[in-house]
Amino acid sequence: MNPFGYALRRLLGVIPTFLLIVAAAFFLMRAAPGGPFDDERSLPPEIEANLQSAYGLDQPVPVQFARYLAGLARGDLGPSFRMKDFTVAELIGRGLPVTFGIGAGALVLALGLGIPLGLLAALRQNGWADHAVMSVALAGIAVPNFVVAPVLALMFGLYLGWLPVAGWEAGSLRHMVLPVVTLALPLVAYLARLTRGSLLEVLQSPFIRTARAKGLAPAVILRRHALKPALLPVVSFLGPAAAALLTGSLVVEQVFGLPGVGRYFVQGAINRDYTLVMGMVIFYASLILLLNLLVDLAYGWLDPRIRQE
Amino acid sequence: MAGSTPASARSDGGQWADAGYRLRANRAALAAGALVVLLMLAALLGPMLSPYALDHVDWSLSPLASPPSLANGHWFGTDSNGRDLFVRVWSGTQVSLLVALLATAVSVVIGVGWGATAGYLGGRVDGWMMRVVDVLYALPYMFFVIILTVVFGRSLWLIFLAIGAVGWLTMARIVRGQALALRQREFVAAAVTLGLPAHRIIARHIVPNVLGTVVVYATLTVPQVILFESFLSFLGLGVQEPLTSLGRLVAEGALEMETAPWQLLAPSAVLATLLLALNFLGDGLRDALDPRQG
Repeated sequence: MNPFGYALRRLLGVIPTFLLIVAAAFFLMRAAPGGPFDDERSLPPEIEANLQSAYGLDQPVPVQFARYLAGLARGDLGPSFRMKDFTVAELIGRGLPVTFGIGAGALVLALGLGIPLGLLAALRQNGWADHAVMSVALAGIAVPNFVVAPVLALMFGLYLGWLPVAGWEAGSLRHMVLPVVTLALPLVAYLARLTRGSLLEVLQSPFIRTARAKGLAPAVILRRHALKPALLPVVSFLGPAAAALLTGSLVVEQVFGLPGVGRYFVQGAINRDYTLVMGMVIFYASLILLLNLLVDLAYGWLDPRIRQE
Repeated sequence: MAGSTPASARSDGGQWADAGYRLRANRAALAAGALVVLLMLAALLGPMLSPYALDHVDWSLSPLASPPSLANGHWFGTDSNGRDLFVRVWSGTQVSLLVALLATAVSVVIGVGWGATAGYLGGRVDGWMMRVVDVLYALPYMFFVIILTVVFGRSLWLIFLAIGAVGWLTMARIVRGQALALRQREFVAAAVTLGLPAHRIIARHIVPNVLGTVVVYATLTVPQVILFESFLSFLGLGVQEPLTSLGRLVAEGALEMETAPWQLLAPSAVLATLLLALNFLGDGLRDALDPRQG
C-alpha cells in the first residue's frame, strides 16, 4: 500500500463523520422546542414573520439545510441570533487567537513536562520517584480543572499576589501563566502515565534484550532503540489531547475571564443562541477531526506497519 | 459452563477468589474503597445530621455568608444566601452520585449488549457495528451534550441519558474484544452444536464471562461521569435550582472566593477526594481482576 493511498483513504474516511456532525448539529437545533425569537415580550406577528424570513426560517427544513451547507462551503456559519451585529465566523475569529494561545502554551508545557516525568518513572520503576510521579499524575487526572483553576487563582492571585487573578491584556505573559498551567496539568498527568507504561512495555521486548546482550550502555539503548517506539503512543494521544484542550478551554476561559472561543460558546449555550452554538460545534468538530487526521498521517509515516491494516 | 473451560484457564470461582485476594493485598485500593463508602454514607446521612434544610435561609446571620463554625451549627459555613453549606455539599454529592450510578448503568447495558453482539457475531456485522462506534468516537461529546442542553433545556434526566449514551463506546470496544476471543472457545462451540440461538449464547455464555472486565470499567466510568456532570453544572448547563451538585457549588464558590473562600474549598475538597478515591479504587480493581492490563 503506498503512502498516498493511505492518506487518501484516511481523508475519505473523515468526510462521512464530518457530514454526520453537521447534520446532527443542524437537525438537533431544528428539533428544539420554541424558536430563537421567543423572548418574554412577544413580538407582533408581522415583525416576527419578517424576522423569520430575514433568517430564512420560513423555508422548508431541507431547503434550510441545503442553504446552511452551501454557506458552510464558503466558510459562512451564518449570523448570531443573539449578538445581532456579529456573524458566527466573526466571533470565532475574535476568540481564536486567545484560545489558540493558551492551548498551544499548554500543549508545549504538557509535552515538555509529561514525557520526561514518564521516562523518569519508567526508568526508576517501583522506586520512590516512580511512586511520586504516578501518585501526582493520578491526582492530576482525578482533580478536575474547574477545581484547580479557582484554587490556583485563590493561592497565587489573592493570597500570594504573584499573578493576576483573571483578565487578558493582549496576551501579556503574566496573564497567561495560570490559564496555561491549569489547562496543561491533566495532560501532563496523562502523558506521564502513558509514556511510563509504553516505555516499560518496549523495554521488555526482544530487540531491547538483544541490544543489552550486545553490551550497549543503558543510555544508548534508551536513546537509539527504545525512545522512538515508546513515544509512538504519545503521538497518537495528541488527537484526544487536542480535544481535551478545547474542552478544558471552556472552563479555563470562564474562570479566568479570557475572551476566547470557549466563552462565546458557553454564553451562546446559556442564551440559547442557536446559530452560534451550532456553528461553534461544527467548528470545534472539524478542528478535532483535522487534528486527528494529521496525527493519523504522522503516525502512519512514523510507523509503516500501520499503513497496511 | 465453568467445567467446559480448558484446564489452563481458571474457573470462575477461582478467578474471583484470586481477585479478592489481590485486592485485599492492595492497601491503597482498600483505603480508597473505605473512603468511597464513607463519602457515600456522608452523602446519605449528612443532610439529616444538620439542623438546617437544603433551602433554609438563616436570617439570624449577618452577613448572610458566614464562615464555618461549630457554635451555630453551620459546620461548613453558609453560602451567600445564608443557606447551610454542610447540607448543600452533601446533598450535592447525593445528586452527583445518583447521576453517576444511573449513567454508568445506562452505559453498561448498551455497551455490553453492543460489544457482545458485535464480537460474537463477528464478520461483516461486527465490522459495521464497530464502524458506528468509531464514527461516534470521533465526535466531540462535551459539545454535543451542550447542544442537547440547549435544545431540550437543562434537566437531570437529560444529563444522565446523554452521559450514558456517550459512555458506552469504550465499554463496547472492550467487551467486543473479549467476545471475539470467547467465541473460539469449546463451550461456545458446544452451545452452537446444541442448536442454541445466538441471543441465548450471548446472554448465557458470552456476557457472564466478560463480567470481570465490565466491573472494572464500570468502576472507572463512575468518576468520569461525576466529572462530566460537574463540568456541565460548573458551566451552568447541568443541574438546576433548587437541586444542587458539586460542580454547581464549586462554580458558586469560585464567584465568592475573595470574600468567602470556604464556599469554594468545601465542595472542591469533597469533589476532589471523591474522584481520587474512586480512581484509586478502579485502578486497584483493574489490577486485581485483570492483571494483564495493569
